[in-house]
Amino acid sequence: MSILVIAEHDHRALKSATLNTVAAAQKIGGDIHVLVAGHGASDAAQAASKLAGVAKVLHADAPQLGSQTAENVAGLVTPLAGAYTHILLPATGFGKNIAPRIAALLDVAQISDIIDVVSPDTFVRPIYAGNAFATVQSKDGKKVITVRTTGFDAAAATGGTAPIESLATPADAGMAQVTGQDLTQSDRPELTSARVIISGGRGMQKGENFKMLEALADKLNAAIGASRAAVDAGYVPSDYQVGQTGKIVAPDLYIAVGISGAIQHLAGMKDSKVIVAINKDAEAPIFQIADYGLVGDLFEIIPALTAELG
Amino acid sequence: MKVLVPVKRVIDFNVKVRVKPDGSGVDTANVKMSMNPFDGIAVEEAVRLKEKSIATEIVAITCGITACQETLRTALALGADRAILIETGVDLQPLAVAKLLKAIVGRESPQLVILGKQAIDDDANQVGQMLAALLGWPQATFASKVDIADGRATVKREIDGGLETVEMNLPAVITTDLRLNEPRYATLPNIMKAKKKPLEVIKPDALGVDVTPRLATLKVVEPPKRKGGGKVADVKELVSKLRNEAKVI
Repeated sequence: MSILVIAEHDHRALKSATLNTVAAAQKIGGDIHVLVAGHGASDAAQAASKLAGVAKVLHADAPQLGSQTAENVAGLVTPLAGAYTHILLPATGFGKNIAPRIAALLDVAQISDIIDVVSPDTFVRPIYAGNAFATVQSKDGKKVITVRTTGFDAAAATGGTAPIESLATPADAGMAQVTGQDLTQSDRPELTSARVIISGGRGMQKGENFKMLEALADKLNAAIGASRAAVDAGYVPSDYQVGQTGKIVAPDLYIAVGISGAIQHLAGMKDSKVIVAINKDAEAPIFQIADYGLVGDLFEIIPALTAELG
Repeated sequence: MKVLVPVKRVIDFNVKVRVKPDGSGVDTANVKMSMNPFDGIAVEEAVRLKEKSIATEIVAITCGITACQETLRTALALGADRAILIETGVDLQPLAVAKLLKAIVGRESPQLVILGKQAIDDDANQVGQMLAALLGWPQATFASKVDIADGRATVKREIDGGLETVEMNLPAVITTDLRLNEPRYATLPNIMKAKKKPLEVIKPDALGVDVTPRLATLKVVEPPKRKGGGKVADVKELVSKLRNEAKVI
């Protein structure tokens, strides 16, 4: 078997999701190649060549790959597909945008969000917001897969010495142009790779109150997340959202503050190692999955907790 | 400009799904079904485009069993002009749906196909992208703002780190994210009117599309239960447990 992993990166470095995707490829087994498609992304290609277990890095560098549109990345990958039995992408905004486009061009099914590999053609994936796990077997000769990053421990970022091969890049598909990006600026760890996450919900009452969570996050080197209710209320930007349709996270410690625990939110965080819930409503569903529940007023508890951590 | 809005009938988002004891799937008998919420957002966006006189006709479409007509009636009550059901009892997977939609796009020639980014049953998040690929059209997934002018679409997309703006020529495929709009409710007079709007039923064979599933579902199980419910009395106990018992801080 031969597996192509399409790396998610920001041109300078690999995103951590790429490491989990390589880990899934290792579990499938076979030769693993990593494609780094970008513009001025040789640092990311170098990083990919150091990943443990990677046999070769394919590096495509061209201006039209700078914004990594689905049209251009799929146009690059499809002609390469003949050499591979599996094509893997992380199940992130990046991978979800591109993978189905590749699969359709290859006339194969795409398998979304796998959390386990049973055999090279059989995989486990959550459905219904994680309320059921389906084991699916692909009858296609080629498998295009997105990998839920929380399902696989990251591959080692060092230890490999894969050669880097330059790829010719097809002309710009010219179909869609990225004309702007408005990225949330933050010095904190990214939500999907943070060891500790503190999320706020409707109970935060207003956006300003998230400052309180930031003070606590500073103590724990934590990322800040939110429930859909908090995002819909305009307290924080939408890329903070954890849940079925937001980000799926599984940190060592997840602290849910003023979050009641709708199933759509639980779908995004219930695989966290340790869950703390702070809520004034003792009946809130979040307590049913929390390891440590603390019933009370978050506006007293959070400052006290921050102080206690000194 | 004609707009095609694919919609899907799914278990209502408020229903707690139950896995069947024989592991063959989830129980859908006597369970409330609704339009996939993301598709409701797509219908709403199409209706707003029509209210702004950008869209001239809205065609709602779904693929599935006879009961899916209810979902189409909902779309008609919300403002779609007519509807198409591609009727089949086959377990349709995203690639098959994308191929069926492609065949309809060939007949209807819409300038825009707008649909939900994912259905909340299989959580696949594939059909829009696959359809765009099969048609050779550009795609803008996870849209949180759509502007259409002069044969071009400008779409703000939700990406992992924030927002991205994509411009593309029409025809194109757009998939909707949660915050694109807040769908209206159907009014009773509109629900009544929707019953009289045209609804065409087509069989997949008539479109020459092979809808054979490519994935076999071997089993469906409940996820492992998380053992929760632990409580602490105060902040001091919480910190002590996190340090000494869970050892995560």
